[in-house]
Amino acid sequence: MTSTARARKHVHLAAHFPGVNNTTVWADPRSRSQIDFASFEHLARTAERGLFDFFFLAEGLRLREHKGRIHDLDVVGRPESLTILNALAAVTERLGLAATVNATFNEPYEIARRFASLDHLSGGRAAWNVVTSSDAFTGENFRRGGFLDRADRYTRAAEFVATARELWDSWTPDGQPRPFAHTGQHFDIQGEFTLPRSPQGHPVVIQAGDSPEGREFAASTADVIFTRHGTLAAGRAFYADVKGRLAKYGRAPEDLKIMPGVTVVLGDTAAEAQERAAEIRRQQVSPQNALLALEQVWGVDLSAYDPDGPLPDIDPVVDSGLSQGRTRRGDPLAVAEEWRALSRAKGLSIRQTVIETTTRQSFIGTPQAVAAELDEFVRTGAADGFILVPHLTPGGLDEFVDRVVPVLQERGVYRTEYTGTTLRSHLGLKEPAHPVPEKGLTV
Amino acid sequence: MTTPTGRGLLHLAAAVDQPDTYEADPYIALTRLAERGALDFVTLGDSFGRPGPDALAVLSRVAPATGRIGLVPTVTTTHTEPFHVQAAVATLDWVSRGRAGWRPEVSATEEEARLLGRRDAAPAADLWREAGEVADVAARLWDSWEDDAEIRDVATGRFVDRDKLHHVDFRGSTFSVRGPSIVPRPPQGHPVTVVDTTEPHAYDVAARHADVALVGAAGPAQAAAARAGLRRRAAEYGRDPDTLRVLAALRVDLGGGEHAAEPGHGGGGPLPSDLGPLYRGGPVDFADLITAWHRAHAVDGFHLTPVEPRRDLERLVNGTVPLLQHRGLFRTFYPGSTFREHLGLARPANQYAALAGDPS
Ligand SMILES: Cc1cc2nc3c(=O)[nH]c(=O)nc-3n(C[C@H](O)[C@H](O)[C@H](O)COP(=O)(O)O)c2cc1C
Repeated sequence: MTSTARARKHVHLAAHFPGVNNTTVWADPRSRSQIDFASFEHLARTAERGLFDFFFLAEGLRLREHKGRIHDLDVVGRPESLTILNALAAVTERLGLAATVNATFNEPYEIARRFASLDHLSGGRAAWNVVTSSDAFTGENFRRGGFLDRADRYTRAAEFVATARELWDSWTPDGQPRPFAHTGQHFDIQGEFTLPRSPQGHPVVIQAGDSPEGREFAASTADVIFTRHGTLAAGRAFYADVKGRLAKYGRAPEDLKIMPGVTVVLGDTAAEAQERAAEIRRQQVSPQNALLALEQVWGVDLSAYDPDGPLPDIDPVVDSGLSQGRTRRGDPLAVAEEWRALSRAKGLSIRQTVIETTTRQSFIGTPQAVAAELDEFVRTGAADGFILVPHLTPGGLDEFVDRVVPVLQERGVYRTEYTGTTLRSHLGLKEPAHPVPEKGLTV
Repeated sequence: MTTPTGRGLLHLAAAVDQPDTYEADPYIALTRLAERGALDFVTLGDSFGRPGPDALAVLSRVAPATGRIGLVPTVTTTHTEPFHVQAAVATLDWVSRGRAGWRPEVSATEEEARLLGRRDAAPAADLWREAGEVADVAARLWDSWEDDAEIRDVATGRFVDRDKLHHVDFRGSTFSVRGPSIVPRPPQGHPVTVVDTTEPHAYDVAARHADVALVGAAGPAQAAAARAGLRRRAAEYGRDPDTLRVLAALRVDLGGGEHAAEPGHGGGGPLPSDLGPLYRGGPVDFADLITAWHRAHAVDGFHLTPVEPRRDLERLVNGTVPLLQHRGLFRTFYPGSTFREHLGLARPANQYAALAGDPS
């Protein structure tokens, strides 16, 4: 923070490694491996060159399936997140390193230990995006199966994070192991943790759910929210809602950073940026992907339809289980009606309708225009920063770092160097206190 | 490659464990030192039950800071999901560009069970049987992607050929896994499996699943017998015994100066200790011991645990290794780039590759 009280609010930035869905364009000749370490190194170094707060990895513990077969149209296959982040700690110096790790298919002792290890080995740069999926489909890869009720997901996640923090705090400030004991609804564990308190005290906790329970969990516990609310209006509403929940947990608005996942398309002129954006959307929705998106809504085989022809007039089948391992788009009947209406009104084919409804580019324009918009979001309470999702591996943020970051710096809303060494310091988060347990509290 | 004794080159490995060490630099320093000596691999132990960082995390942190040496963390299989275990080991292979191994270990104590709170403690024999199943399912999951599964076929819009991705549908005695893995097949096909048979219940897991088995032996005859026994058992499991490297596990204390040794130590064989056979003496005498065991066809190499990590590894690399190189028994540089190549082991064929597409 600068000394002037009215200093302009800074924009926080993070880099999302391209995911396993059709936002990531693989058919582009510039697209490189989604699994070679060189790709991860490239994007992480780019993010560090751009003085980003952190590098972010998503997680999916089962390959998606469609019509009972492995989905084959999108990029698929990725590394185990914590392992690759430890390696990236060797090729970066300041960049935060965030892994998405499911609270359903893991246990607190182990996850607390793995994140504390990353925090030690990276000198205080670890972050954990706590997600809570519990579907039985994913559960088939695990001993425990899909054992968790939707309603229990967040009670388990909340107790999970609280337990991890007890473990992170368990050693004395002078580095002696001290026994812990936790008994709760979901976990009953005791013993000694294997690591001293890590450089950040607690690795940064990120949350990415959107339901009321998810928001409440974030307000009570998280340091950062990764959200999908990436428009100005939706962002402001979400921001106000979540920040408004903080007071009852004794927390201040700046204790929780809100960072929507967004995409950026740049051009030398606004028109050129729009053209490039349209071309990317077309790449994202191949004819095959258009039919697949339609089948995901309709819940039935539509392979006989022409992607360049009109939408089906049959009604969708709800909960057909045709597609597994990806998030639903909402009530299929309503979505189908909306898509048909759009297609009729604008005379759009299947592919054009899918492009129009499923692709979303948040910021399109010249570097100056994009920087101004990013700043406006932060200035007017729609976000504290952004998790940038590039469409190309691994060079998808090169241009942003080269052209937008300098403009943000000129505007005085972005750092010109890292001032701290830990991710907490980049995010402007407080160091968590190290509680000294009362005698007798732990046995 | 053969040596003047007509046998394969020696394989040497060292433990880089260091007490009370949680940052990366000391581990990087020791691994680089071992790499300067052209050692085949380093190991790092792990357990939920004693202080220390996650070993696989440490060696992933070390990977980009080193270039050739094999990296073998201990990975416990009792409380961790097998699916997570294999994904982490496969990822270590990706980040190290083909230098990963793993040493499965079990967590048999009540104390460890209470840390996780998920299952009761169980007898080591049962847990090692389960560890064998974990090694089995790990290999299947590593094979669940064929090497050429990724096709990027623009004409048909397909990124992968799904006939080359396989459900593994593994049913073990305590767990099942559907698959396929979320990680593409690692560079080595299968990262190297190292099993320490000084734990008696691990013996069968070593014979069935290990690429490298560690044996405890105080002399060359005992080591040769252990090696022959393991090779026989591997053959009974239908393996070619030449796909198994047997290394003698020794603790080494090279603190006694160039040639000097305490009376009764050094120059002779290792002595039994609570933690396994311990060699005490100077680096030159130790080179003689290695040479003698090698000439006696006792073992394929040695896994060494320095008593004083930094001091003893330095003496090994600066004193013992150059002598072995001079005698033509040990490599002077790494001719290969993967850990399997250092060991002279082929990249395994994919167990699913011959099958037609996954019917399910
Ligand atoms: C922006 C965003 C990113 C997410 N990333 C992941 C992910 O990488 N892996 C995962 O398993 N779930 C992910 N999720 C799913 C959430 O963890 C959660 O399961 C889902 O949002 C449903 O929870 P809710 O009912 O609170 O919204 C993500 C959700 C959002 C909003």
